[in-house]
Amino acid sequence: MIIVNGETMETKAQTVAELLDELGYEDMPVATARNMMVVRKRERAETKLNDGDRIEILVPMQGG
Amino acid sequence: MKDGVTFYGETVSSRLLLGTAQYPSPAILSDAIKDSGSEIVTVSLRRESTGAKGGRAFWDLIKALNVRVLPNTAGCHSAKEAITTAEMARDVFDTDWIKLEVIGHADTLQPDVFGLVESARELVAQGFKVFPYTTDDLVVGEKLLAVGCEVLMPWGAPIGSGKGLNNAFALKTMRAHFPNVPLVVDAGIGLPSHAAAALELGYDAVLLNTAVAKAGDPVAMAKAFALAVEAGRLSYHAGAMEARDMAVPSTPVLGLAFSES
Repeated sequence: MIIVNGETMETKAQTVAELLDELGYEDMPVATARNMMVVRKRERAETKLNDGDRIEILVPMQGG
Repeated sequence: MKDGVTFYGETVSSRLLLGTAQYPSPAILSDAIKDSGSEIVTVSLRRESTGAKGGRAFWDLIKALNVRVLPNTAGCHSAKEAITTAEMARDVFDTDWIKLEVIGHADTLQPDVFGLVESARELVAQGFKVFPYTTDDLVVGEKLLAVGCEVLMPWGAPIGSGKGLNNAFALKTMRAHFPNVPLVVDAGIGLPSHAAAALELGYDAVLLNTAVAKAGDPVAMAKAFALAVEAGRLSYHAGAMEARDMAVPSTPVLGLAFSES
């Protein structure tokens, strides 16, 4: 069980990269963080998910 | 004459920095940016409940405009949140520029200047080029410069209030105190005349969003701001007359008809 953008979910993904694929974000411009630490694009494939991890997946959005 | 303004070694000709939020439609946003002449627009990062499609469409629209992006940390209430958000923004937007906002008060959206200085120090150490959204406090300005910021962005009035330059005296003092630092009035500007006033005080640029996005005709208002900023800058260079307390006739008195001499 992990928490993605504040919502609890079950996943088979082992890494942040696999989680993005599972959620349909592949090749999309997204930023990721795990437990309040940024996970850069190049780090996603090696960043393992652990039970209880809090993952943020953010997208470009309008801003002031 | 249209002189440029330089932020962290990069020179742009437009002194209007524009936000991208709250426009009636993506097409109007796109046209407003074009007609504003702005070369720097602010963007953010948010959760997207419907997948990344909205984010991609928005990002594609911005990229097509060929402008520099200045990602923000809007909505962050702690240095830690702001630092992580900045790191995430750099990863997505491929820029070291960050508009650093650490909000200290929910009603006024006043910057938490303590968290601001703390996060600016860390981000500069990580190689970020920080554009701090701050108050018009001179001491805070000095601290931000001391930790490595090379631009200061004091508020004119609370974000989204449209009240203009609430404390022109403080802004003027700041300009005098930091003669060589690029200064941008960020937040609170509601009218082109407010923007012109900021430039007349010698500010290098203004950053605004709501005043254009929430105008009846955002594209026309974007153009109005472009003209106001240019007028304000010209006025600053031209050197304004000194205000007087008493009337002084502008038409020559010499040779006036019906006079005794």
